[in-house]
Amino acid sequence: MNLYVCIKQVPDTETKIKVNGDASGIDTTGIKWIMSSYDEFAVEETLRLKEKNAGSTVTVISAGPERVIDSLRTALAMGADNAIHVELPENADSNMAAKAIAGALKKETGVDLIFFGKEALDDGAAQVPQLVSAYLNIPSVTVVCGIEYNGNTLKCKREIEGGSFEMVEVSTPAIISAHKGLNEPRYATLPNIMKAKKKEVKAVKLADIGVSSSDQKIKFKNYQLPPPKQAGKKIEGDAAAQAKALVAALHNEAKVI
Amino acid sequence: MAKVLIFVEQRDGKNKKSSFELIGASSAAGNETHAVIIGDAVSSLAAECAQYGANKVYVVQDAILKNYTGESYARALVAAIKTISPEIILGSHTPMGKDLFPLVAAQIDGALATDCTSLQFAGGKLQLKRPVYSGKAIVEVEFCGSGIQMATVRPNAIGLGKPDTSKAADATSITADFSGLKTKILEVVKGNSARPDVTEAGIVVSGGRSLKTAENFKILEDLADTLGAAVGASRAAVDAGYRPHRDQVGQTGKVVSPSLYIACGISGAIQHLAGMRTSKVIVAINTDPQAPIFQIADYAIIGDLFQVVPALTNEVKHLKE
Repeated sequence: MNLYVCIKQVPDTETKIKVNGDASGIDTTGIKWIMSSYDEFAVEETLRLKEKNAGSTVTVISAGPERVIDSLRTALAMGADNAIHVELPENADSNMAAKAIAGALKKETGVDLIFFGKEALDDGAAQVPQLVSAYLNIPSVTVVCGIEYNGNTLKCKREIEGGSFEMVEVSTPAIISAHKGLNEPRYATLPNIMKAKKKEVKAVKLADIGVSSSDQKIKFKNYQLPPPKQAGKKIEGDAAAQAKALVAALHNEAKVI
Repeated sequence: MAKVLIFVEQRDGKNKKSSFELIGASSAAGNETHAVIIGDAVSSLAAECAQYGANKVYVVQDAILKNYTGESYARALVAAIKTISPEIILGSHTPMGKDLFPLVAAQIDGALATDCTSLQFAGGKLQLKRPVYSGKAIVEVEFCGSGIQMATVRPNAIGLGKPDTSKAADATSITADFSGLKTKILEVVKGNSARPDVTEAGIVVSGGRSLKTAENFKILEDLADTLGAAVGASRAAVDAGYRPHRDQVGQTGKVVSPSLYIACGISGAIQHLAGMRTSKVIVAINTDPQAPIFQIADYAIIGDLFQVVPALTNEVKHLKE
């Protein structure tokens, strides 16, 4: 099987976000960059499929500035065979990223499955897997937390609201966006991390795939930190008194119950 | 004034209230507000759309649309867009809206901003704000070019207006081609929870690792059921196995904006705050006065949740009597 997995590099979830001088983005000084955590489930799923299907290859793709090559090496260290870096400006939107990834995939032959994380931890847009599926004209199933493989047919468990699931059948080629529960991602071992440093990362330029800044549909501007909250009201007394005062305040003052 | 199309989401023949938030906001801004409902035999749902302010209601009905798939619903919505020719298209940022809108945006070359928490109209254009880094920062959305503007808006972000129940609507039918679909829904496995989903609930009662066991969440469930609320959990409580991941609030879980968020025994890690700080009113109950959650709480109770929460349940019951 020709397996592909698309990953995004994002700031570590513990990062304290600061806005840059002209509010056009965040201050990236000192940020620790990681592979977005849902993408780890996507990488793991391709590796498991490769292990079960002899002769398969796993190719990891990331679109972004030079720094994302580090995350591609993380995926290589986990066990991916090949890596493709699609050059993309720092503040490109979901559409431009999707055009870039779709462009890189169109250069590949015999694509069977393409995995993504269900959304990235930076902008949380949850757009790119579906956009790529539309641009490649292949079906997608998103937010998948379980897959039964049966030849070319996949039975996907897609999480929706209220603890319910949709069971969706799709045939390859297809795009799957991975959710927690799909598998338990492995850690890269030290020897594999060392080996991954020497592996080749193929570079794709936007000009080679006909993508340009005109593919950018939206821009984020005027970055602000959430407004600081006023000091809250402290409710004193024993548990019964606190409960009584709180319910009165929520009912009469805040009017939310 | 703009021509606005709202995708009205229904499951099992019931409209989602969050769709009416969008109809209300569009209509209140004086827009020509169109609504489209997609499903199997859904024309009876049209009246409600008119009651919340839709000027015109359309339906795309087909047996194949009984259950959602992105592929079939995208065909239906694209057909509606071609018939109606809107300048702006809005939907809710729900599991359905999240999946559907990018599929449609690609097909109509629209410009889409997802997960918006503020929505306004100016000069026939959308003005949107959305969180990034799970709410650690907020940005404004600028549309490049002059294409159709699209947005998904987080449920509860706008608030629900009052319906005019005297209004009725005739639904206009739109047809679409559903041949050659490549995805098939085999089954919808229903959750057994009678409680609302954590992302849709107006009130969320959340617990942390201080609950100590999965069984102890019963006291939060009792409070939640008294309030008609959802039960949420911190990452620590989910990692400890007290609650399923779908209940997790925070950067690697769900991001919520209810009108009331009650955090019980949650210290307030940056990861958790990112997922709930846009809640309108925040209550924190914790034994540790230094817990970071108190920095964003509107009401702070320094105390033992095992005593305070049952007392709260009693008080709410008294209030409702």
